[in-house]
Parts: sequence; C-alpha cells; structure tokens
Amino acid sequence: MDLDAVLLQILNGLDKGSAYALIALGLTLIFGTLGVVNFAHGALFMVGAFCAVTLQKVLTLSTITIDETKTDFLGNPLKVKTPYVENWFGEATGATIIDWAVPLSILLAIPVMLIIGIVMERGLIKHFYKRPHADQILVTFGLAIVIGEIVKASFGATEQPVPAPQSLSRVTDVGAMLGLEGINVSYPSWRLVNMAFAAVVIIAIFSFLRFTTFGMVVRAGMADRETVGLLGINIDRRFTIMFAIAALVAGLAGVMYVPIKPPSYELGMQFLVISFVVVVVGGMGSLPGAVAAGFLLGLLEAFASTELAKGILPGIDQIIIYVVAIIILLTRPRGLMGRKGVMEE
Amino acid sequence: MAILQVRNVSKRFGGLQALNDVNLSIEEGKVHAIIGPNGAGKSTLLNCFVGRLIPDTGTVMFDGKSLLGIKPHEINQAGVSRVFQTPEIFGDLSILENVMIPSFASRDGSFKVNWWNRADREKDVQDHAEAVLQEIGLYEKRHEIADAMSRGDKRRLEMAMCLSQDPKLMLLDEPTAGMSRADTNATIDLLKRLGETRGLTKIVIEHDMHVVFSLAHYVSVLAQGTVIAENTPDLIKGDQRVKEAYLGTEAE
Amino acid sequence: MLGLNRNDTLLLIFVAIITLAAPILMNPFPTESSLAQFNAGYPDLMQRFVIFGIFAIGYNILFGLTGYLSFGHAAFLGAGSYACVWMFKLFGYNVLPGIVLSVIVAGIFSVAIGYISLRRSGIYFSILTLAFAQMSFALAYSVLGQDMWGLKGGLTNGETGLQVYSNDPQIFHSEAAPNLPHLFGVPMRETWIWEYGAWQFQFNAGFYLCAIIMLVVFYLSMRIFRSPFGLMLRAVKTNQNRLNYTGVNTKPYTLAAFVISGMYAGLAGGLLSAMDPLAGAERMQWTASGEVVLMTILGGAGTLIGPVLGAGMIKYFENIFSKINKGILEGWFSFLPESVADPIVSVLYLFTGSGWHLTLGLVFMLVVIFLPGGLVGGLIGAGRRLFRRGGGKAAKNTQPTPTSQAAE
Repeated sequence: MDLDAVLLQILNGLDKGSAYALIALGLTLIFGTLGVVNFAHGALFMVGAFCAVTLQKVLTLSTITIDETKTDFLGNPLKVKTPYVENWFGEATGATIIDWAVPLSILLAIPVMLIIGIVMERGLIKHFYKRPHADQILVTFGLAIVIGEIVKASFGATEQPVPAPQSLSRVTDVGAMLGLEGINVSYPSWRLVNMAFAAVVIIAIFSFLRFTTFGMVVRAGMADRETVGLLGINIDRRFTIMFAIAALVAGLAGVMYVPIKPPSYELGMQFLVISFVVVVVGGMGSLPGAVAAGFLLGLLEAFASTELAKGILPGIDQIIIYVVAIIILLTRPRGLMGRKGVMEE
Repeated sequence: MAILQVRNVSKRFGGLQALNDVNLSIEEGKVHAIIGPNGAGKSTLLNCFVGRLIPDTGTVMFDGKSLLGIKPHEINQAGVSRVFQTPEIFGDLSILENVMIPSFASRDGSFKVNWWNRADREKDVQDHAEAVLQEIGLYEKRHEIADAMSRGDKRRLEMAMCLSQDPKLMLLDEPTAGMSRADTNATIDLLKRLGETRGLTKIVIEHDMHVVFSLAHYVSVLAQGTVIAENTPDLIKGDQRVKEAYLGTEAE
Repeated sequence: MLGLNRNDTLLLIFVAIITLAAPILMNPFPTESSLAQFNAGYPDLMQRFVIFGIFAIGYNILFGLTGYLSFGHAAFLGAGSYACVWMFKLFGYNVLPGIVLSVIVAGIFSVAIGYISLRRSGIYFSILTLAFAQMSFALAYSVLGQDMWGLKGGLTNGETGLQVYSNDPQIFHSEAAPNLPHLFGVPMRETWIWEYGAWQFQFNAGFYLCAIIMLVVFYLSMRIFRSPFGLMLRAVKTNQNRLNYTGVNTKPYTLAAFVISGMYAGLAGGLLSAMDPLAGAERMQWTASGEVVLMTILGGAGTLIGPVLGAGMIKYFENIFSKINKGILEGWFSFLPESVADPIVSVLYLFTGSGWHLTLGLVFMLVVIFLPGGLVGGLIGAGRRLFRRGGGKAAKNTQPTPTSQAAE
C-alpha cells in the first residue's frame, strides 16, 4: 500500500468515524448523565437528517406558471416551476439558498432537536430512570419504531437525496490543502467539511462540560448523582437539558450526513447497532472513550475494506467492528476508557 | 477444635490498609463476634471468607481446606452460609420458594438440570423448607411474595435460607442493624434458640453491644484493620485498649 | 395429568384445542362475504402463527425466566433455516432430518455464542448478542454466500438465499416421493378443503405438523417452568448475586437456558424452511430478533401462554392491518359526509395498511410502560384484583410473578 492509499483510507475512516463518534457521544451523554440506555438515539440521528430533507422540500415549493411559447416533449405547453424563494429573493439569491439547503437546515435542526429532546425526556424517559435497563431498552426500542414509522408515513419509504452545495460537491486535492508534496489524493469536499464540523461539535461539547459551571455540575452528577442531589442542586433540570443537547448532537450529525448517505426511515436502525458497539468499546459512560472508539472503529472499518485486507480475510470489512467489540468486551469489560463499576454487577 | 483458621490476612485498597495481619481462630459450635468501630475492616474480613474478596497475603482455612481463590458457590457448598447486611432475598418469588432454592442447592449441588420433575412435587425439599420456616416462624406466610414483607421478616427469611442448608459455619453481617429494640430482642432470642437446638458455629459482626454480649462466646475487636483484643465478652468489657479504640473514634 | 397441576393441564388442553381447531376458528367469515379478507385461516399464515409461537416460547425460557435480554436470537433462527435447506439439498425432501439437524445446528451455535456472551450481563449481554447476530447476518449475506470449496454459492448463497436446485445430490430422493418438502410422502403443501355452507376451511398438512410440534414444545416449556431447574432460572432473574452465595453456580444455568432457547429458535427456523424450502440471510437480521422480543413482551414475558399469544397477535395483525387499505376505510366511513369521513380516514390510514408497524410500535410502548407483565400479566393482575377472596393463592402458585427486570 502506498502513502496515497493509506491517506485515502485514513480519510475514509475519519469520515465514517465522525458520524460514529457524534452518535456515540450523544448516547454516552444520555447514559452517563441520566443512566438511561437510549435505543431511540439512531432515530434522533434520522430525524436530524430529515430536517434537511424537509427544508429542501420547503425551499423548493414552487409556483407553477405555464409558458405558452415553449412545449414539453409531449407537445403540451411547458409548465415552469419557480420556487417561491426565487420569487421573493430574486432568481440568483433564491437558487443559492436552495443550493445551500443542507447547511441552512442546521438552523432548523437546532430548535427542532432541542424541542424533541426536551419533550422526549420530560414525557417518557423521565419515568424510566428507576426502571431496569431492560425496560429502558424496550421502551426506547418501541419509540424508535414509532419515530421511524412516522417518518415513513410522511416521506415515504424511499431514500431522499439532498445534494451538498455545488461549491462543496467537488473534490479537494488533499495534498495541496495540507501543503504536502508528492501526495496525490483527492477527496470529496463535503466529506472534509463534515469531518471539520464533527471536530467543532466535539470540541464544543467538551469545552462546554469543562469550562462552564453548568458543565461542571453535570460532570459531577455523572460521577456521583446522589451527592450532587444532596448539595441541593436541581440536577434533574440540567439533565433534561443534557438530553436535549445529546439529541441535538445526533440531529446535527444526521443533517451533515445527508449528502453522504441519502436518508430513509431505516437509517436510524442502521446506525443504532453500530453506535452501541462504539459506546461499549469506548466504555459505557466515558465521553473521550466514545469519541476515540468512534474514530478508531471508523478507521478499522476503512482499512478492513481495502482489497489487501479482504484478500487476506474475505469478509473482514463486514465483521471487523463486531469482532473488535467482542474481543474488547471479553478482555476489557469496561471498554477502552470506561470507569470501573459502570453497569457491572 | 477450630473450624475456621485465619492466618496473617492483609488486604490493601489503594492507599488504605483495610486489613493488617489479621489472625483469627473460630471454635466449632461457638458464637464468635467481631466488633469494632466503623471502617475497622469487619466487612472486608467477612468478604474474604465468602470469596467476594481475595486477601493480598495470608491464608483462610475452613475445615482443613483453603477458601482463597475459590468461587462463592463453592465456598457455600463447602458449608459456609452468609446473611447479608441488607437482606438479599429472591424478591419476586414466594417465601417458600426462597427457602426451597438453597435446599435444592444443598441437595443437588451447584448445578443440576432437573427440568422434568415438578418443584412442588419434590417432597423432601418441600418438607425440609417448610420445617425450617416453622422453626423460624414464617410458615404461615409461606405463600406470600418475599418483596412484600417487612424488613424484619426479610431478615428472618434470609436466616431461614441459610439454616435450610445446615451450614457448618454461618456468617451474620449486622443481623440487627436498623431494627427496633423489640425486633432486636426477638432476633437475639431466635439466634440463641438456634444456638441451643442446632449448635451452629456463627460469626457475628455487630455494632450493638447488647446483642454482642447476649450472644457471643468470644469477641474479637478489630480496629484499623488489626485485631487489638480477643477474649470472652466479660473480659472484653473491661479491656482498656477496646475502650480507647471506641472512644478514640467517637471523640473525632 | 401429564405431570402438570390442574390449572396447567387446563391451559395445555385449551391451547391444544385452539391450535388444532385454528383452521376453523380463524375463518369466521363466509368466503363470499366482504369480510372474508379478514379471515386468517389460510395455510401460509397459520403456519407462521405456530412457527413464531415456537420461536417466542423458546425466547421466553431465556428472557422470561432469567431476565437476560438477547437481541441476537435471529441468528439461531437463520442457522436452523439454512441447516434444514441443506438437508433437502443433500438427502432429499423429507422434512424430518432437516428439522432434527436445524435443532442440533442451532444448539451448537448457541453454545458457542452463549458461552461468550454470558460472561457479561445486563446491557453488555444484550449488545454482545446483538453484535454476534449482526456478524452472522453479515457473514451469511456476503462471505459465506460466495463460491467456496467448490460449492457454488457457498454455504448460504448470499443475497439470493439458499434453495434446492435440480442438480443437487438429494441422495435419498426416490421417484415415488413428492418433489417438494414432505413427511414420509405427505407433502407439506397438501391441503384438504372442507366446504360447509358458505364457509370454506383449509386443513393443511404442514400446519398440522407445525402445530403438533408446537404443542409438544409448549408442554416441554411448561415442564421447565415448573421444575427445580425453572425455579433456579427465576432466581437468576430476581437476584443472581444471592444465588451464587447460596451455593448455585449460575453460569451453567444461564447457558442451559440460552441453549434451550437457541434450539427452539433453530427448530422454528427449520420449520420455516420445511414449509417453504428457501432460506435467506434476512432471517438473521437484528430486526428479526427484535420481532421475537416484541412478541414475547407484548404477550407477557415470564408467563406461559403470553409469548404464544404475542406471536399470534403480531402475525395476525401484520396480515390483517396491512390489508386495510384506504378503499376499505372509505367503505367503513361512507355513511358519514365526506368532509367528516376524509380526515378520519386519513388519520386511521396512518395506522393501517403499510403503517401497521406504527400501531405495533405504539402498542408495544404502551405495554412496556403500563403493563410490565405484558397482556397476560395484565389480565392476571386484573383477575387477581377481581377475585381477591382466596383465589389469589392458587394463581400465585401457577403463574410466576410476571415482571421484566434486567439481569443484574
């Protein structure tokens, strides 16, 4: 394998890993703070993705005018669709807005995901704090089905592609970008943006927990909920907010992943299994563990899908993640960075 | 004859020396109390007897066999039964079933796929369990679900579970903690009666001196991981070091 | 009778009557009536009722008794299916060797997976089983489905699914035997139709084979539930820690429960192939594992009859709800003015037709939230409250308290 190929696979790994890391980060926030195992987290990722789909559909709502001078291929007068936004903001600006639908939908996703998170926590999850983990898994599993079906009823069962903005749909010469001589790797620009975005979100979450009073209380609560409760701090309200933030992180990851993988209602379930594996490998309740394991497993998956790896062990790309998860769970039950005692016994 | 021999047992947790060169010898048929201020290492010591913890150094010999490094169920099968500080019972099952389970374990060993017979047709186990419940005074309630009982009843149920196994050594971790005076006295009477009828060897960890002095034949005092005194209850009462150990901590 | 107490015997007889009379009970509507489409008494669907009933009965032995929540039992269902089709390919279409082998293969497979997964408990166990099942699915779908060792299509024939081809050896196949799955010459597809007035009832050989097998394994599960072994498994669920200090080695007990439930799943998979000799990798997917979880919990984990009921309900509504299309709904509400009927129809349509999974998800959530004992547990609870006077004692002995707690 030459250097170019290695770099390409590293990029592939970081690309997959950034999605895994963001979902796992949210799962861990929920698990670490609320002690709840959320099987609906993949569904939140999917809802985020459909925020982008919705915005694109709204932006492309059009007036239909009939142009008598032209005809379509059947010989009827041509119907011209003009999106309202082009009517309102002028053709060029309107087209640009539509083109940037995916990044713009972040603005939509923020309030939507926060509201969904708060409603979900107050309405359902709250009542399951004291129930066994199996019940939490089951009820959120049911919720995941319900969310998936609602999306299916609204958008249909097919995949809903939304492209990245034109200017980001091309490829970037990574060697030139990094200023490295002799590297000849081109990579889709949007995927690079997605990685950078994931990095920003991860850094934001960590700084938030590290440097704000709110974050300190939450971290203390993660370590020892009872004591923090005894200090007279209303930890419950903070935990509601943490749940909303976790939902937001999943949703934003979903938005950014739309141009890479067109979402369908099944997207949530597809990502859920993997992200739980990531959480367990990283160590239940460990935020750095979740992020590290996300990227690690992404990289492993990327390198396992090279012809070289597949030549040595056919099918390794399909099972590498599970094999790693099983080995880690058996040899290091706490995961890579988990604390002792979390979910043991 | 000593049934349990503890020699030079030490255990460290990080910077804390929980047990420091503990030596104990428990006589068969006697009640041996272990007392000491909070954090003296009493529970740690007990955990070393049942396979929950493995000491860093030292030996624990029970009936001529080492108890170190073998699994909790093997230790129980060897004849050591434990009553926990907070009652550990099978909350979803009936009281009778709670006592039948240890009886099955004593009869069938640690694993047996006995899937064809009906549990309620296993007459010997059923009769045995019912007899123990009679003895301990829970027979009338035998069909109730264990979780629905009072705390005191749960504790008695746990004792019944241990007794049904006819253990050679019974470990009781603060059997009267959190009980009212009346319940405490009832428990003392029960344990005394059991001592007379069964001649059980018991190790009792206890805070309540009233309980200790009514029950124990011997008392060992543990402070900061070390046995500082060991004697009959009457002599322990007057021991200066014991007073210091207790007063020293209470003065803090 | 049969070593069961009175209540259990009655339950078994009740289940036997319902099952054996299903071809009649499931076809309450005359063939020509407009409601005939809600008849469920056709062979294909009835076979599914009992086969998934077997799957759920087995799953309940693991989850209902020990509380270990496995998300990987579809792997054993799939393994059983493949094993059975392989027996068809190698030896011929008699279903008996295929069914036997599917149980054995699933048993061996579940010993391996169970031994590893059971080294952890709680959520770790759930995720380990999930990982194993997804791994099996990925392998069956891709690698094991490629040509290998001179086998075209490998072990699983990948995406296409494993099926019998005319050039397969089928060494015991004789000219006299039917060229499709059969039991000693009786084809599984053979259906005897009984016309009675406006009604038509279909008695299918395959269904009766599955039904009798289900009754046998239901009886076996009753024996397990009431045995000292079953008592130990229930003790694992309530307090595994205490059980260890009571002199019981819990590991082999949980493994035994895991393997038994894996063998039930394999049996169900084998029967699926015996009814329709085609095995695909999607049977191993984790959504299939999720389905058996839904069935067991909906009906009532830890109760005897619950899982069978849950399986029957889910399979029934899957067929019936998905048939209620817009046209039917419009027909039902045609007595209302259109402006009122239209919104009602469009709302209801969300829950029927292809949206029936939404109904399932909602019902499932409600059951988990409000009825931890499932529908059967809820009924028993309600019954107990109604018949407080002394009736409680008998009920207590016959039904283990249904709760769904995680294995600690």
